[in-house]
Amino acid sequence: MSRGVEDRIGLKHGAGGRAMRALIEQVCLPGLAGGAAGGGIGLAAMDDGAAIPVGDRWLVVTTDSHVVHPIFFPGGDIGRLAISGTVNDLAVMGATEVTALTCALIIEEGFPRADLERVYASIRAACEEAGARVVTGDTKVMGRGEIDGLVLNTAGVGFCDRPVPDSGLAPDDVLIVTGTIGDHGMAIMAARHALSLEGDLRSDVAPVNGVVRAALRAGGGGVVAMKDPTRGGLSSALHEMAQKSNVGILIEESAVPVRPDVRGASDLLGIDPLVMACEGKAVIGVRAHAAGAVLDAIRAHPLGRDAAPIGRCIAGHAGAVILDTGFGRRILAESDGEPLPRIC
Amino acid sequence: MISPDPQAAFRELKFRDPVRARAMVEALGRITGGIGRPRVSLMHVCGSHEQAIAKYGLRTSFPAALRVIMGPGCPVCVTDAREVDEGVALALQGVHIATYGDMLRVPGSAMSLADAQADGAQVHVIYSAGQAVELAERLKEPVVFFATGFETTAVATAAIVLKGLPENLSILSAHKFIPPAMDVVAATPGLAVEGFLAAGHAATITGWGVFEAFVERHRLPVVVAGFEPLDILAGLVRLLELVRDGTPAVANMYPRCVTRAGNLRAQDALWKVFEPSGGRWRGIADVPGGNLALRGPFAGLDARARFAIDVTPLARRAPPVLAGSCLCGSIMTGIASPTDCPLFGGACTPDHPVGACMVSTEGTCRIWHQYGGHPDLGGLA
Repeated sequence: MSRGVEDRIGLKHGAGGRAMRALIEQVCLPGLAGGAAGGGIGLAAMDDGAAIPVGDRWLVVTTDSHVVHPIFFPGGDIGRLAISGTVNDLAVMGATEVTALTCALIIEEGFPRADLERVYASIRAACEEAGARVVTGDTKVMGRGEIDGLVLNTAGVGFCDRPVPDSGLAPDDVLIVTGTIGDHGMAIMAARHALSLEGDLRSDVAPVNGVVRAALRAGGGGVVAMKDPTRGGLSSALHEMAQKSNVGILIEESAVPVRPDVRGASDLLGIDPLVMACEGKAVIGVRAHAAGAVLDAIRAHPLGRDAAPIGRCIAGHAGAVILDTGFGRRILAESDGEPLPRIC
Repeated sequence: MISPDPQAAFRELKFRDPVRARAMVEALGRITGGIGRPRVSLMHVCGSHEQAIAKYGLRTSFPAALRVIMGPGCPVCVTDAREVDEGVALALQGVHIATYGDMLRVPGSAMSLADAQADGAQVHVIYSAGQAVELAERLKEPVVFFATGFETTAVATAAIVLKGLPENLSILSAHKFIPPAMDVVAATPGLAVEGFLAAGHAATITGWGVFEAFVERHRLPVVVAGFEPLDILAGLVRLLELVRDGTPAVANMYPRCVTRAGNLRAQDALWKVFEPSGGRWRGIADVPGGNLALRGPFAGLDARARFAIDVTPLARRAPPVLAGSCLCGSIMTGIASPTDCPLFGGACTPDHPVGACMVSTEGTCRIWHQYGGHPDLGGLA
């Protein structure tokens, strides 16, 4: 039973799970869900971005706002997160060549200039890694207390020959993740709560357009669905893919790559790494015949060394994600809200 | 700095070995088949066992004839509405209430502590009994520690009492003692439970010997088990063997933590401070000896003696409409499953719980909801 959105917006409405989808469907979509121009992928698809046919190619557009605490965290900062997030949304739609990015700032009065310079240094570095350029922007300053530190908004455009939706899965397709999961979410959680955990918990934040490009080149039309598992983690990404593709997804839990430090921390905190955000990974659905070639190509890329096939699509249990734990099987519940708000 | 003990990690992995798990699952099938009845029902009485069973999807590996049900294993869930009413009444009088987080949303007759908090009452979430002491020392105003939990957490309450409480701190005990509840459930007509899996952590304190009298009385086997998947599977294999052989006995399958005598210092503290008393458990009715009340020498610390607690205005208020359809009572006695409840996952979710079983992380409904709602995956298993 789907519940109406409450009178006031809660943090869970931004957490990437069921509550957020209900909010978008009930408040944002009505009147705007007519689809993209020319029969492309529009708002109603609730994909990682829109795809609009232009001549014989497709223009992919996406936008993202970024609020993260702390602004600087192990493995990255809000600047790297903003560029990577937008580049990655374009990439998993199939646009791995970034035509242009925008970057708008909203700054709280009193924010240190030195911190802003640090953020911009990492914006430049991330752009270089992704082969992207920021071509326009906007700057606003708000009074002390009217906004929390720094908010970035980025948009990106890119072209592709064939958009890859998150709804293209069919039974027997193989699901591949491009590397370890949960790194970003766990690093932020540890940093925010000053958890003294041993081990090296670092965000994986990175542009993935290079590794996705390698996958697309190797798999061609055999790459049928992609998603970047950010808020809500791998679990949310898989649920969206299963529901939109109307297939069941069967995941082998032991095949999902998780760094030992992340596994240890998540055991300690009782939080499943499957629901922790990634910021430098993609989930790629591939026809079975292309899976080997795609996996090899991803693993040959520096950001794809830990890539692994984690499961497959089944005809039954459409819309559900089933986890084989090695001891038995259970339905992987869709997260409704997140263990922590505001991590990307 | 929390420094994970590498040996502990190794031990844990040993108890998560899928190859050994498969051998045990085969044994479950073999023994259940040997028993030859269409249904063998075993009960565990611990939210942590249910957590592990649901998390690892163990039920899909059980033979069809084996039913493993959760009994009254959630201390928050079995806290009676009247006990919640006492906490709410105190809170509405302006007394500071300190309690564990799970208790906030447990429904009373008409309202929960969270409702009282929304009406301006001072309710403080604590994570240990010691924090109740710290809170009282800081506030200097009357503080009541609404103390809930089984014999495990009751020991922590006993420890602060024995150390000496600040003058402004008193105890509202809703502590429960599990063995008497097992007696009640074992005698429930129609339940047909043939054996009990007992909680390893509680037995660490009480010792496994505490179940010998139960076995004598009911002629039903009890197996003490830990919480890793192999612990649970091994416990079930042993329990089924005892059922098959018609041997009512206690077996300890958690010997790395549990002894026959248990933790004598903890027991000493527990029984110095508390005595068994009768009382209602939510959904189960009266459980003789199932509540833990402060003994005479500590009566002055009892919030029930220190304050006039009038719950009649709360008890008179109309209960929430949906509460009438809630199956928590039957779920806690093992008669019904969460999926039998018309509210489960729809009108009743962790965000909007109707019954206590959906509130606590130890509650059956909350656990099933967290791990996908239904343990039966049909042909996929």
